[in-house]
Amino acid sequence: MGLQAYLALAAVVFCIGLFGVMTRRNTIGILLGIELMLNAVNINLVAFARFSADVTGMVFTVFTICITVSEAALGLAIVILLFRVRRTVMADHLDLLKG
Amino acid sequence: MADTGTLALTALLLHAIAFLLLAVVVPLRRSGRPAAMVSMLCAAGSFGAAVQAWRTHGETVSRLLWDWLPSQGQTLATVGVMADADSTLMLTLVGLVSLLVQVYSLGYLSDEPRPSLGRYYAYQSLFAFSMMGLVLAPNLLQLFICWELVGLCSYLLIGYWYQRPAAARAAVKAFWTTKAGDVGLLVGIILLWRQTNTFDLIQLRMLAESGALPAAGLSLITFCIYLGAVGKSAQFPLHVWLPDAMEGPTPVSALIHAATMVTAGVYLLLRTSWLFALTPDILLIVAWIGAFTALLAAVLACVQDDIKRVLAYSTVSQLGYMMTAIGAGFASVGFFHLLTHGVFKALLFLGAGALIHAVGSNNLSQMGQLARRMPQTMIVFVVGTLSLAGIPLFAGFLSKEEILGAVWERGFVGPFVLLMIVAFLTAFYMFRAVFLAFFGAPRIGHAHGHVDIAHAGAHVSEPHAHDPPATMAVPLWILAGLSVVIGVYFTFEHPETEFVSPAWLMPSAVGVAAAGILMAWATYQRRTIDPAVFTMAFAPLYRAALAKFWIDDLFEGVFAAAVLAFSRAVGWVDRYLVDGVLNALSAWTLTAGDDLRTMQSGRAQDYVYGVAVGLLALLLWVQFG
Repeated sequence: MGLQAYLALAAVVFCIGLFGVMTRRNTIGILLGIELMLNAVNINLVAFARFSADVTGMVFTVFTICITVSEAALGLAIVILLFRVRRTVMADHLDLLKG
Repeated sequence: MADTGTLALTALLLHAIAFLLLAVVVPLRRSGRPAAMVSMLCAAGSFGAAVQAWRTHGETVSRLLWDWLPSQGQTLATVGVMADADSTLMLTLVGLVSLLVQVYSLGYLSDEPRPSLGRYYAYQSLFAFSMMGLVLAPNLLQLFICWELVGLCSYLLIGYWYQRPAAARAAVKAFWTTKAGDVGLLVGIILLWRQTNTFDLIQLRMLAESGALPAAGLSLITFCIYLGAVGKSAQFPLHVWLPDAMEGPTPVSALIHAATMVTAGVYLLLRTSWLFALTPDILLIVAWIGAFTALLAAVLACVQDDIKRVLAYSTVSQLGYMMTAIGAGFASVGFFHLLTHGVFKALLFLGAGALIHAVGSNNLSQMGQLARRMPQTMIVFVVGTLSLAGIPLFAGFLSKEEILGAVWERGFVGPFVLLMIVAFLTAFYMFRAVFLAFFGAPRIGHAHGHVDIAHAGAHVSEPHAHDPPATMAVPLWILAGLSVVIGVYFTFEHPETEFVSPAWLMPSAVGVAAAGILMAWATYQRRTIDPAVFTMAFAPLYRAALAKFWIDDLFEGVFAAAVLAFSRAVGWVDRYLVDGVLNALSAWTLTAGDDLRTMQSGRAQDYVYGVAVGLLALLLWVQFG
């Protein structure tokens, strides 16, 4: 299996994540989509690191995973707070910044 | 003994000191009579200095000059005084008349509140200073500045009773009408400067007489300078302001609008006569317009009921005389008439002021049979009238004679004929005024077929009318005495002239004047001729004269229409073009902002969508662009 296969897989996962972010009405679903997109990037990084024999990409991936975890925790906390205040987590109801 | 220039400068500066004192020291000005005393004291000193300057003037011109406008290493203009025979003589006239008028005003304006009396004397001093500055100007630039200053004083003094709408309007009219001519004068002076690089009168004269002045464009220059004189000296068609200027106090009319300021135009042409001598075609225009103005104003004077307006038109008419003499190329003759006219016309105005003061009205139909009540006024007024009519032994006699002789000598037959008619009319309208005011039977309703029927029937001569107080009587007697002295002197002592009048001229001119007097006598005193006969015989002319030949209406119509049309056009441009563009821009900005606002939906996913599409577009552009 060549580099292309990993890259194609990453692209597919990224697109699925983006599609989720753009179309899910539920804020938690949007967070899930973001996770997918981040992991697609991780796949890219790991694949490049493996095929160019450079460990930098792997180190970066470890960082990304850590940040992703904190991001998920933070995002879920925001969602819960949002639900407390607005009694909804539906993204299309949250339009206070409408011009 | 100080030299002529210093004396002239003293005469000039005394008035400036008086004005500055009155202008700066407010309590003095508001105190009224003390302010008048200060002003009169300075005027008296100034007159003394002026007389002394005149007596000591020699053949050479005495000049005192100071640099004024430095420019690139050389001096652009100087200020100072230039005292020669003409300017010191004129200086004496200005000094004399302004002193007498200031004394007279004290009696005439005795009922004025004190602050405005002080204001009046401040203006009087400023005027005398400006006029003397004009007379003594060594260059055209100083002359122009003083020219404008006397115009300003004329405006201020015509509008002295500024609470009266008529006076305020007359002041503005006088200002603007003369300003129209002044623009010409300024253009002329600048054009002349461009050709010669100097404003100095003596340098210019040397250039002109040596023939070094390029002839091209000279006609335009002299015409422009003449325009200034047309405005100031009330020549047709800019004469319309002078009769209206009679809204000012009568002493002001005597000083500014008879003796001094209005003659500034004649004086200007005298000062630049060597320049005009190079452009005979302009001189021809000057002569014709002068003669025509003289006739027009004389006709208008015949139908006026307001005694001051009769005198005002008579002034216009006499200015026309002087201009004709200058047009004939004999400027000194015009200047001679200017001087004698200054004396006797001031006398007439001050006499009329005494009448108005006594009767309380300007209207001739409200006067009548005043000879018994005001014998002194009657005598001095008749002296003035005889002088104006050109009767021997009185001041106007020889000067008028010389003008007629000069015009005949030059071969201007047309203007000569006009001036002879004017001589007849002058005697007629002046004696009409004399008979109506001082003599005359009680008038009946249709007496002179006028609009004043309401007054004419009643015949209201003020029962308490009496001769004026001493402050007014003394100037009158001095001027009357001067008129007689000048007249007697020149009747027997003919000065040397540059031409010889034909022998028939003097008898015929006197005869014409006598005929005018006789006709006025027959019409308004004996009543053997009904004035209605004239009005019937000259019905169209009479109606036209009553309407001032529609010249005022024409000006008003043309200028009002032109200015209004122009204003409307400018208003339209401003309202629809300038404002329109701005309004369209602001409206477009508003709607654009309103439309763009809807892009801001507030939903996070829409922004993500936007970012994704934008990123995709960027990628495609990098890949394929």
